Amino acid sequence: MTYDTVVIGAGLAGLTAALRLADEGGRVLVVAKGVGSTHLAPATIDVLGFDGGPVESPAQELSRFGEAHPQHPYASLSIDLIAASIEWLKTRLPAFGYRGGLEENFVLPTAVGAVKRSAVVPETMAAGDLRAGGRFLFVGLGLKDFFPAYLADNLGHVSADSAVSARAIELETSPGGEADVSSVGFARRFEQSTFRNAVVRGLAGQVERDERVGFPAVLGLQDAGKVWRELEEKLERPVFEVATLPPSVSGIRLFEAMTAAVRKAGGRILIGQTVTGAEASNGRVEAVVVQAAARPTTYRAGSFVLASGGFASGGVQLDSYGKLREAVFDLAVSHAEDGPRFLPDYLDEQPLDRVGVLVDNGLRPTDGDGRPLYENLHAAGATLAGAVPWREASGNGVSLASGYAAAAAILESDS
Amino acid sequence: MIEPVRDSLDHCVKCTICETFCPFSQVTPLFPGPKFVGPQAERYRGAGVSPDASVDYCSGCGICTQVCPQGVKIAEINSQARAQLWEERGIPLRNQLIARPSVLGRLGTPVSPLANWALQNKALRLLAHRLLGIHRRAPLPRFAGRSFQRWARRHRSPISRRRVVYFHGCGVNYYEPAVGEMVVGVLEHNGYYVQIPPQDCCGLPLQSNGNFEAARAYVRRLVANLAPYAREGVPIVVNSTSCGLMLKREAHEILGVEDDDLRAVSEATYDFCEFLLLMHERGELRTDFRPLPQTVPYHAPCQQRGHGIGKPALDLLALIPDLRVIELDADCCGIAGTYGLKKEKYEISMAVGERLFRDVRESGANLAACDSETCRWQIEHGAGVHAVHPVELLFRGYGLDAPAPAGVSAR
Repeated sequence: MTYDTVVIGAGLAGLTAALRLADEGGRVLVVAKGVGSTHLAPATIDVLGFDGGPVESPAQELSRFGEAHPQHPYASLSIDLIAASIEWLKTRLPAFGYRGGLEENFVLPTAVGAVKRSAVVPETMAAGDLRAGGRFLFVGLGLKDFFPAYLADNLGHVSADSAVSARAIELETSPGGEADVSSVGFARRFEQSTFRNAVVRGLAGQVERDERVGFPAVLGLQDAGKVWRELEEKLERPVFEVATLPPSVSGIRLFEAMTAAVRKAGGRILIGQTVTGAEASNGRVEAVVVQAAARPTTYRAGSFVLASGGFASGGVQLDSYGKLREAVFDLAVSHAEDGPRFLPDYLDEQPLDRVGVLVDNGLRPTDGDGRPLYENLHAAGATLAGAVPWREASGNGVSLASGYAAAAAILESDS
Repeated sequence: MIEPVRDSLDHCVKCTICETFCPFSQVTPLFPGPKFVGPQAERYRGAGVSPDASVDYCSGCGICTQVCPQGVKIAEINSQARAQLWEERGIPLRNQLIARPSVLGRLGTPVSPLANWALQNKALRLLAHRLLGIHRRAPLPRFAGRSFQRWARRHRSPISRRRVVYFHGCGVNYYEPAVGEMVVGVLEHNGYYVQIPPQDCCGLPLQSNGNFEAARAYVRRLVANLAPYAREGVPIVVNSTSCGLMLKREAHEILGVEDDDLRAVSEATYDFCEFLLLMHERGELRTDFRPLPQTVPYHAPCQQRGHGIGKPALDLLALIPDLRVIELDADCCGIAGTYGLKKEKYEISMAVGERLFRDVRESGANLAACDSETCRWQIEHGAGVHAVHPVELLFRGYGLDAPAPAGVSAR
């Protein structure tokens, strides 16, 4: 089959690139080994939340951060471009009601009562912002791995010097009489008015006048905005969602919204197929090969986006001989110097944390001398070298901006 | 091959992505979900009896395997576990019966008026519900009263240097011979000499119902019939997506059949739409379509997605002028071959299909398209909208349904 662009990977980076290109009329194929990061991480866009200490304003820190980390993706992505990617997301997915920007980070509570800084958050999470202090009530539903008392207590310790006070309440919901309902199971129930009404009844008379009410982020799958607005209306209090442990319902919403948009724009999505190799000639990638049932299938395209992820997704692999490689194009990876592969302390910065593909300003993977290897191959997301998203709170920020930039580079080379 | 499937569970990182997609665990607590029943429970299987029976509520749709980011063969593990379970407990008569479509077809076809009357008769269906456990409202197909094989024996395909073998499966043979005639018509319109060797069931329903031994016997017999063509380099075209997947992958991967005939047949087997789109890529497909001004929602069946070929029907149907095709987002229709026929599973199957039925109805179209026969029957039953194989739209698009003008042969 022949496409204008083949995107490898269906995380936020790959889907962003695919959607932008499909919106511009390109024939796009997204091929992915499976579903990945969207289902594990929340739908917040964390651009830069931590750099030796908390970052309050990504806009103020990004250029210095890029200079200090010349191999970080942010070193080759301008602030204007990162801002443009955020504006694009806000406009393209209006149902999420994304709020915020690069000027100031939100400070949101996590499910364990730590705090996380996010530049842009869905409207359903915005009222959880702890910066202005105030009183917070966290509601438990019997969802496993979400303990509101633990959350509230920890939050008291973390933000001891701010004016945050938090308490917890546990509702008896046991939806459907099941013993073990997952976050997705609760999200489906929140789409039923009987369940929403039962939750509202359970909270009647229990919420103080000045409290904001936090739920685990399970307020519906298809139409979370509607569920959230209805709860705010009926409880007459600001309501917000707290990101949960995986599976992440807010991330699932993002995946569903973006894949539906890609399909609607005429793109094709092929999930469950591993790209096993590529064909290249004259400095161009001509095709990628997918192992379909019974025989390999070749997909030709004018340009390719590599958004296959890092170690966790198998985009970068470490074999039993200790050799590191990028899995599809066998690209050399950076930060792979000889030496110990692992440090003993779990929280140490690990030698392999920053491993990934090095790119030029058009996000094209480069050889050892900084020259692009293929003129029509662009890399995005966790495939890129240099970022440590769990340390920097930069996860979806790098993915969104680099996916957006990869599409921009392709559109530019086409014009 | 059994061991590599089982070994893949070591790649499970318990991310639960499969659980979020499973259409069946969403609607029933009787199926705890693919991860629990698969990679997790599998560690308790092996020597000794199966630890629990919930794996029987897995439909085998395979969506879990497709979405797994780590390459765990979840659905395949569960199919094998189901077979082990039924080996221990003995397969119920009902499951033996509904898993043999070619036997039922041979019995029902000569007496089709009576058989069809019986299948629609409320009292008899209630009896079958109570005695056999076949749900009284489940969508059972009607016998066509003539077999496709009989038509094929009389049909003379115009000789051409380009040759193709058609594996039509039981659905076409006993229930929808017209679909088979359209497949042949479209292939001949594109210059193919179509050969239709005698053939029997591929064994897929037996596999789904846990009777691996009988399934292996069926598939071995089938590939022995088809292998000589494959070895001559003749492509084998299949319009039933689940039977096609059996030949391409499942006989090897799930049933563990290691067989030169199967290998040859696998590599030569193409889904009908896949085959036509590959022709189109080579510039060989005729595109003399007349306009079909209508809107058709399209559902890609789960087993179709198991082919890993994308949705070629969408690209083919896009060649027909004025035909507007809506790609449906719902994952599964719920029938899963014989799953939704069963008394204890019918309601589950209908609940799974609800979103698809709603989307089909809301499209406002009076016709839907879907590649798999049992899924089409389920869509018609659940949505009340007539459902056709994409070949029917191509056949009409080519004008092959209209009587040929005098002196001109349409085929």
